[in-house]
Amino acid sequence: MQYAILCYHDEKVTCAWSKEHDDAVMAKLGVVRERLEREGKLGPVARLLPTTAATTLRKDREPPLVIDGPFAETKEQLLGFYVVDCAGLDEAIEIAKELGAVNPGGAYEIRPVGTFFPGKAAS
Amino acid sequence: MIDAGWISTIMTAARPHAVAALLRHFRDLDLAEEAFQEACVRALKTWPKNGPPRDAAAWLIMVGRNVAIDTLRRRSRLQLLPPEELISDLSDAEAAVADRIDEADYRDDILRLLFICCHPDLPATQQIGLALRIVSGLSVQQIARAFLVSEAAMEQRITRAKGRIADANVPFETPGAAERFERIAAVAAMIYLVFNEGYTTSVAEHGARAALCEEAIRLSRLLLRLFPTEPEIMGLAALLMLQHARAPARFDSQGRVVLLDDQDRTLWNRRLIAEGLALIDKAVRHGRPGPYQVQAAIAALHARASRAEDTDWTEIDLLYGTLERMQPSPIVSLNRAIAVAKVRGPADALAMIEPLASKLGGYFYFHGARGAFLRQLNRIEEARVAFDRAIALANTPAEAAHIREQLDRLAGGGAL
Repeated sequence: MQYAILCYHDEKVTCAWSKEHDDAVMAKLGVVRERLEREGKLGPVARLLPTTAATTLRKDREPPLVIDGPFAETKEQLLGFYVVDCAGLDEAIEIAKELGAVNPGGAYEIRPVGTFFPGKAAS
Repeated sequence: MIDAGWISTIMTAARPHAVAALLRHFRDLDLAEEAFQEACVRALKTWPKNGPPRDAAAWLIMVGRNVAIDTLRRRSRLQLLPPEELISDLSDAEAAVADRIDEADYRDDILRLLFICCHPDLPATQQIGLALRIVSGLSVQQIARAFLVSEAAMEQRITRAKGRIADANVPFETPGAAERFERIAAVAAMIYLVFNEGYTTSVAEHGARAALCEEAIRLSRLLLRLFPTEPEIMGLAALLMLQHARAPARFDSQGRVVLLDDQDRTLWNRRLIAEGLALIDKAVRHGRPGPYQVQAAIAALHARASRAEDTDWTEIDLLYGTLERMQPSPIVSLNRAIAVAKVRGPADALAMIEPLASKLGGYFYFHGARGAFLRQLNRIEEARVAFDRAIALANTPAEAAHIREQLDRLAGGGAL
């Protein structure tokens, strides 16, 4: 079963991280990621740039409206995601806990994946 | 589970929001700062026990406000403080405040806080010092180190700046559209000053001063979050990111200046470049160009060239031409001449900068560039004179060393 682990955090906080802190967190996450990869459980992973770099297309009207910024103004922002392939929700939660232990703060939303196209562009 | 470092990051992130809201409430900068400090002291006591609140800024505002009101009361008539639990246990009240204070409410508060720091009566160095102290929350010691002055001198500078602000009438009413636009422009200029203060540096000082560049980038992101549709703010943020991305390649291991052409581009910070390019892309869509966007577009052309020889100098020349029309300045013309030298050759470039001599005669880069053009034209003696002049005007030992190297090359066998 595939799950997307969507990473939410207050980007005001993550943007205030020093480079050393950022590097340290990424290194610790890298260890977890490598293990998942060895076990054949890791799908695509992405870290997104801050929401200030985002553009939103409102397509509920004609013509669609292009606006600056993220779709939703929230206290925590979607800052990245993992796709993992694992036995079930329990294991997905375990993986999320493991990632969370080295990157505290914010929340992970664990969402089962319905349809998945691996794509080729980034590989 | 939560360590002190993590708490301090949360506080740093919440600081502009919290201090800005407290300033609106008390209309007194010192009181707002004291209230915030006091709220932080309490947070350090209660957060490790109860976990951090969901909205740190709202918590700090609530607690800071209560503490400051109490201080004011005590000053007027001596009265005992309520017990700690009463002040810090605010989970319900905090949620209510968090609902009321949304980003839009913070927007004019934070803009006011930033705007206060760029009061026209304050000299540039005081503006920067004040912004770093009040908005970024850097310690006086950190700021002093970045400015290469003593802590006492910086303390005095900041105190003096605060005094001037207290005397000036800070506007607390919500600004109108035109006024808001003026404030944004003033704040953008101040953020650019912070960046330049950190960017003009030699390698020995690089560590301490790079912090200023990072603070400026953080302030530009803050401003952009408040005004996410302003193309010039996108341009400013992009410009700072694209320039700072090159920082790891600007000096070699001996601390010598490495020119753009000779930099190891694999050392450039790819993530900052990606973010800068994304922002300039967004800005251009608005079709409202401005000086920051044009400068960011120039920086973007450098960032996009994976080798120096791939640089699109023709486009850079055109962009500098646009910038000259928007914001005429001899410095811009001097920069344009560098592009002209690449596109049309050193003779054209030299002809372009000669008329600037009266205005830029005391400027290190003018003589450095002039010397380089003369050398390319094989006018060795004149090049030597220009380089000598540049050394005399160098701002840092690294700059002087760089020019000395050019002189050595002249001595060692003429042009290139």
